[in-house]
Amino acid sequence: MKNKFIYLAILAAGFASCEPEFENPVTTDDYSAGEADFSSYVAVGNSLTAGYMDGTVYKSGQANSFPNLLAQQFALVGGGAFTQPSYEDDVNNLGGISGIPGFGTRLVIDAAQGRPEPLVGTPTITLAPQATAYNNMGVPGAKSFHLVAPGYGNAAGLALGQANPYFVRHATSSTATVIGDAMMKNPTFFTNWIGNNDVLSYATSGGTRPDNPGTPEDESLLPATDQTGNPNAASYGSNDITDPTLFAGVYTQLIAALTSNGAKGVVATIPNVTSIPYFTTVPYAPLSPAALGGSANIDALNAQLYGPLNGIFTAYGEPNRVKLLSAASANPILIYDVDAIDRSAEITGALTPSLGAPTATAFGAVFGKARQATAEDLVVLPASSVIGTPNASSPSPLINLNGVSYPMPSKWVLTANEQAKVEAATTAYNNAIVSIAATNDLAVADMNVILNQLVSGLRADNGTLYTANYFSGGTTEFKVLFSLDGVHPNARGYSVIANEIIKVINEFYNAKLPLLNPNNYPGIHIVPTN
Amino acid sequence: MRKLLSLTLMALASSTAFAGGYRVSIQGQKQLAMGHTGVAVVNSAETAFFNPAGMAYLENKFNLSVGGSALFSKTRFQENTYNTTASSDNFGTPFNAYATYKLNDWLTAGLAVYTPFGSEVEWDQNWQGAYLVNNIDLKAIFIQPTVSVRVGEHFSVGGGPIYATGSVTFNRNLYAANSTFQVDGNPTDLTIEAKGISAWGYNIGMMFNPTDKIRLGLNYRSEIIMEARDGDANFNDVPDFAQTTLTNTTFDADLPLPAEITAGISVQVTDKWLFAFDFNHAMWSAYKSLDVKFNNGLPTSVNPRNYKDASTYRFGTQYKANDKFTFRAGYYFDESPVQDGYFAPETPRNDSNAFTGGLTYQINNKFGVDFSFLYIHFDEIDNSYDHNPNGNFAGTYKSVVFSPGVGITYGF
Repeated sequence: MKNKFIYLAILAAGFASCEPEFENPVTTDDYSAGEADFSSYVAVGNSLTAGYMDGTVYKSGQANSFPNLLAQQFALVGGGAFTQPSYEDDVNNLGGISGIPGFGTRLVIDAAQGRPEPLVGTPTITLAPQATAYNNMGVPGAKSFHLVAPGYGNAAGLALGQANPYFVRHATSSTATVIGDAMMKNPTFFTNWIGNNDVLSYATSGGTRPDNPGTPEDESLLPATDQTGNPNAASYGSNDITDPTLFAGVYTQLIAALTSNGAKGVVATIPNVTSIPYFTTVPYAPLSPAALGGSANIDALNAQLYGPLNGIFTAYGEPNRVKLLSAASANPILIYDVDAIDRSAEITGALTPSLGAPTATAFGAVFGKARQATAEDLVVLPASSVIGTPNASSPSPLINLNGVSYPMPSKWVLTANEQAKVEAATTAYNNAIVSIAATNDLAVADMNVILNQLVSGLRADNGTLYTANYFSGGTTEFKVLFSLDGVHPNARGYSVIANEIIKVINEFYNAKLPLLNPNNYPGIHIVPTN
Repeated sequence: MRKLLSLTLMALASSTAFAGGYRVSIQGQKQLAMGHTGVAVVNSAETAFFNPAGMAYLENKFNLSVGGSALFSKTRFQENTYNTTASSDNFGTPFNAYATYKLNDWLTAGLAVYTPFGSEVEWDQNWQGAYLVNNIDLKAIFIQPTVSVRVGEHFSVGGGPIYATGSVTFNRNLYAANSTFQVDGNPTDLTIEAKGISAWGYNIGMMFNPTDKIRLGLNYRSEIIMEARDGDANFNDVPDFAQTTLTNTTFDADLPLPAEITAGISVQVTDKWLFAFDFNHAMWSAYKSLDVKFNNGLPTSVNPRNYKDASTYRFGTQYKANDKFTFRAGYYFDESPVQDGYFAPETPRNDSNAFTGGLTYQINNKFGVDFSFLYIHFDEIDNSYDHNPNGNFAGTYKSVVFSPGVGITYGF
């Protein structure tokens, strides 16, 4: 009897210790680099490559740059060390750049206010030269031709607008080029995602020039230029659209350099602006009857402004340019359209009998190029805090509310005309990218196609349906791929981008790399108060 | 001593799901050893569970069977899309106690206490699938007063009400890994806990013995819906900004313990050999969705399950070697009620093949000791849960279950 107990105990122990075993346990041995050699991976590009998000580069954000995420997967199959520009000086993880206006701290959602705000604090990131070539050569703000421009990292060029503070931080010399520094890493594999800014700064500025704070005039009221046909980059304003011929030339030069040692790589196309929340979040017709102050206000606006304008535009053959405000449904904003027919003389003439010449002339100047926005217009994200606020340029407090009684300045709206220029340039760049890649037998990550899926919803490999929507509350947080600047992905978005590139690598180079799980990467940052 | 033993078992009461869904088929050492057949077997007081009608045929005036098992359950998870692995090792102690008393020639009364449902799974906290489940512990104890009536020589019926009492604890992360909903790196998670949930059901059966060698049995155990009301729902590691919405509250949820119908036959081939076959059909399709309704205005958490009815095919045999030793063996094939695309890691079970064995050592003509063992083999399975807004959860699962058990039988 006692023996039987012992046997039973042994039997029990034997079974209890038996482990469930997979026929093919996952190990890193399952993965392979295929025909690619990841021993020295170099990423060339702009803010999207640098890990820019929430309006800046900050330490924890940079850690989730897509090249850094890729490098972690490459490391499973022989990938070497991957270095990024040092952000050790970002001790409070705020981003921004110390002492340079316009380079503020990262955006967060202030839960107390329910809106995005720059995180309170002072940037500690300095321009102290690191003089180091890094594997991540993404330089925020860089356009295609900047990558081959000597002196783009020269601190002395900052005041002249010829240098970029981000490259100043790590350029190996005052005459170094981005591509030159990249080649110092002797890449065996590269990604090149450049060209977004060649058209994006035009788009995000609503097709206007940057304001020069050194002059009393507001240059942002003036249109930027589509430089198609002009290959002289030195003559470009910073918001101009780069000439596609220049772009193709520079791109060929970049690829020639990157492949000069036989490196393989992935190039990425430029996404169209309609797939980013910066342009898709603010509706063209946000003025609800309540927002306009109710029917009494609406009647007054119609009687004194919209009615007369509608009458004048209709008389000159544009009956749909301005319509009466509705007291029942949301109304479009009033905008300044640089391409509209100028009716200032006609408005002045029509209103002189009732308002007198000086007032009528002022009306003519303000509303001569005004029209109501349509569904074809894209209102930029920052406009949401401008619509309905007083415009300091207005001659009278009676007609000073942006978008309501005063036309929204051009920089807040990317009109259909301007979009056409952006789209034409984007298409031309992408054609150049695809054709240059084909010539050099390189893989293409078609980010234009991939990110355009976000418009209707992109089904990620983990099943989550991601959209191009801007953050709209905690319960949808896990669907948001874009950071709070509305242009750049958040860390989760970068993981989705890294996955798309991995899929391209796996396909094109017969590699087998694991994907990243987007769920493991943060989305929006929320603070209780700011 | 017996009282002490049963009290100890009560205290330990917990079970690990190893059959389809969260059904735990360990309701008697003798019958488990025979592949958990028993609807047409009259061996001991265990019949109070397997088929109350069988109690009428027990030879002794008084029968007692008490037993428990040590249930080891191990599950491994892996997937190579993202290159992750996870594991869950669990231990449970399903138990049962049956007593019958023959009041007269045609009427037998009994009491059955058993743990037919339960689930305990504990993945690593904050693992890859933490937004579906970190851990779950579901317990249910059924208490069933029973009568059996013999109608003539060949036929009997039996049955009784079931008083079910149970508890559930369930923890999951609110979202997939997320820097927003976390405090100091600990993701926001939700624990729901309900204790003392009770409900009523019934167990009825009939048995027909066309000859003295053959028994036919039919048993039906009703569905019991465990209605958790005003259980505690507590949010942990809630970031400051969300503390006004993610407030601790109470919850309501319904969990069905499905009805099961069993038909079977046993044949006494020789004096020593008995063979039995059971067919179980469990109405799992009652489990459509686990909906947790919060009482503080938070949206109801809807977790589709969409189980399907599932059957189990059981084969068992018993060899009575002599007055002291009886040996048993069995096999069953258990269909999983979980459908493709609904394979949630809280009950990560697929179809299984189970092998059982055991023996009884009869110390004297009143007192015997039963031993059983159970080994369940699960094929490796690739499946996913596709019904969570945080994303699909797909991978490969492999489970092993082993359970040695011991019991005593007393009768006079």
